[in-house]
Amino acid sequence: MHPLRKKRLTIILFLLAGVGVAVGLTTYALRQNINLFYDPSQIAAGEAPANVRIRAGGMVEQGSVVRAQQDLTVHFRVTDFASSVPVQYTGILPDLFAEGQGVVAVGRLNTEGTFVAEQVLAKHDENYMPPEVSDALKKAGVDNPYTESTVTQ
Amino acid sequence: MYPELGQFSLILALLLAILLATVPLVGAISGRDHLQAFARPLASGLFVFVAIAFGLLTQAFVTDDFSVAYVANNSNSLLPWYYKFSAVWGGHEGSLLLWILMLAGWTLAVAVFSRRLPSVMIAQVLAVMGMVTVGFLLFILITSNPFERLLPNVPADGADLNPLLQDFGLIVHPPMLYMGYVGFSVAFAFAIAALINGRLDAAWARWSRPWTTVAWSFLTVGIALGSWWAYYELGWGGWWFWDPVENASLLPWLAGTALVHSLAVTEKRGVFKSWTVLLAIVTFALSLLGTFLVRSGVLTSVHAFASDPTRGAFLLGLLAITIVSSLTLYAFRAPVVHTRTRYGSLSREIFLLLNNVLLVAATLLVLVGTLYPLVLDYLGAGRLSIGEPFYNLTFSPLAIAVGLMLGAGIFSRWKRTDGGWLGRRLLWPAAFSLVLSCAGLLVYGGFTPWAFAGLLAAAWVTVTTLLDLWDKSGSRHGRWHGLKRQSRSYYGMVLGHLGVAMTMAGATVVSNYGVERDVRMSPGDSAEIGNLQVTFSELGQRQGANFVAQYGRFDISRDGRLIATLYPEKRQYHVQRNVMTEAGIDAGLTRDIFVALGERVGDDAWAVRIQYKPLIRWLWLGALFMAGGGALAIADRRYRIKVRSEQPATGDSRSRGQDEGVAEAL
Repeated sequence: MHPLRKKRLTIILFLLAGVGVAVGLTTYALRQNINLFYDPSQIAAGEAPANVRIRAGGMVEQGSVVRAQQDLTVHFRVTDFASSVPVQYTGILPDLFAEGQGVVAVGRLNTEGTFVAEQVLAKHDENYMPPEVSDALKKAGVDNPYTESTVTQ
Repeated sequence: MYPELGQFSLILALLLAILLATVPLVGAISGRDHLQAFARPLASGLFVFVAIAFGLLTQAFVTDDFSVAYVANNSNSLLPWYYKFSAVWGGHEGSLLLWILMLAGWTLAVAVFSRRLPSVMIAQVLAVMGMVTVGFLLFILITSNPFERLLPNVPADGADLNPLLQDFGLIVHPPMLYMGYVGFSVAFAFAIAALINGRLDAAWARWSRPWTTVAWSFLTVGIALGSWWAYYELGWGGWWFWDPVENASLLPWLAGTALVHSLAVTEKRGVFKSWTVLLAIVTFALSLLGTFLVRSGVLTSVHAFASDPTRGAFLLGLLAITIVSSLTLYAFRAPVVHTRTRYGSLSREIFLLLNNVLLVAATLLVLVGTLYPLVLDYLGAGRLSIGEPFYNLTFSPLAIAVGLMLGAGIFSRWKRTDGGWLGRRLLWPAAFSLVLSCAGLLVYGGFTPWAFAGLLAAAWVTVTTLLDLWDKSGSRHGRWHGLKRQSRSYYGMVLGHLGVAMTMAGATVVSNYGVERDVRMSPGDSAEIGNLQVTFSELGQRQGANFVAQYGRFDISRDGRLIATLYPEKRQYHVQRNVMTEAGIDAGLTRDIFVALGERVGDDAWAVRIQYKPLIRWLWLGALFMAGGGALAIADRRYRIKVRSEQPATGDSRSRGQDEGVAEAL
């Protein structure tokens, strides 16, 4: 083969190999690490799989936050005002976590139907509503207590 | 009165930008020198008017002019003066104005420092910069006017700056980041100008190289500052979250890193020209994409300021116009350039090509991870998020591969390298790096494949870089003479690569050997973390300028000896009633000790996060090294040597001639 063509072929093969590896790894990693969002109604209806890392979100139900006496375990309920899900979390909650606030939790649903959270997210802004949460509220037919287009930040 | 003047000068700036985008270009195409000569004065005028607007907005902040809506939303009379200053870019409108100021600044810098360039080239480059400026000035004037008034109902006081942004890191992080983002517009403008006149040669690469390097250095510092800020202010000790907004800044950095290296090949060897041009376009497009993602409200995060849909649409339009027009130009013009230069399969060209492939793969990876959830959401296919594990699994191997490639590439030669020679050359460094990384594993105690691979890559980069320096500096007149003989750009490369190694080592060690504990503590309680004893000795309260804080006093001791006392705080800001966590950090070169107060969980019990973070400073120090390397590289003599003739170089032969005396620096 002509040396120039050979060189070009090598380059192209290298490029293809690189792209192939990247695409392969990416799709593999994507399949393993996508966290789907479920709202409390979906979880109550049994649509969410158990023991799979998912995200759940809604409003923290008023009067539902119970702290353990000895360690950092917290129990609370997340609601979309149609259904609610019990959540258990051990660790430090974000500064803006409060009853009546929107939160998104990442974790797994156990077989008893409790959502065991690894991470609880609440944004650093009292007007901020996670989009998932406002969607979930809309779906449940509840008026969003916050206007969506206010300037955040 | 002043705010109106500000807006007026923005409009004048827009008119000048329109002239800058057209007149010199017409001159360049029709060959009329007097029209080309307009480029420089127009660039200066543009900068002056944008600077006036920026100055007037700053003045509105400093004088607490709450009749200006933007000031009222982002400032407060109680805000300390230095935060009033940084609040100028604390919201959407102002940060956009800062963006434009930087763009005008870069345009002016090109006009001032490119006197040696042929006037056709400079006219085209400045015209392209002018076009970009027109886009952004239109954007700010139509959708995001920072000077809009709240009349006649002037609020008595402002809504205050978000407490998260009331911090030193936020004074410097956005300007640095924007300098980087916007700086890539220069590389873009050079690329477009080269495409327009079909002169993609080594001289073009030489001109655009220092600009790209500077922009890249700023971006590096900007990203590092953001990571540092997140670590102490926001992140509960995390330093990178793979948050879409962080990714938005990483994307142009990855592509820019590839561009910096590919420009080196184009300058030294006159090859990869089309690829380099494409990278220059892509890098700037990714900067714009970053701006779009952060500013349009499609993402919600600390950085996302506003969710006005017209803004998103406008930015998307700008992005689309830029990408479509430049790629169209590329499609028509790029195939014109071809090259006859030869290089073998183990040449330095190939190693740099592999570096580019890996970096571009990493860019694509981050791009997919960032955009995939957005696209699915837009299509209504459900909301999902892609978490850290995705990136850890895919990005880390690429980063390690880049490191391994880098070490081998340093010893390779242009054109061709003998495989056997290279293998023998790399044998000892490989053995030494293996020993070093095993020693690292022993020190930190515990083997994990990732820790080993990361440390090996870091050691490999360090050893090969230093060995290469040792080889090159050998001289009959002694080592010192040899060291002095190396060019600044070579030292820039050494410094940059050592920075890469440092960041890799820091990231590896802190992710694998960091210790984190959340504990419930009351004053008087103690907790153990590693071999450290942390005692919560008292709880107190103090008044800040615009907040009240509760603080804890934590005594950290090792083997009964006190090594640090930390005062983490929980602040409540008066105006927005926000609660903020200020961590107490004992920083050190080998480790940080981090204590943060969580929420109050009982009468006097608090949730406390205690962390031991080995080598975390190396992450940011490495970034500073990289940026310092960039600064050294552009201080190289060859960029300041007067070019004898004003004619642009037309072939590779000439650029190769100029390389004499300059070490094969990257």
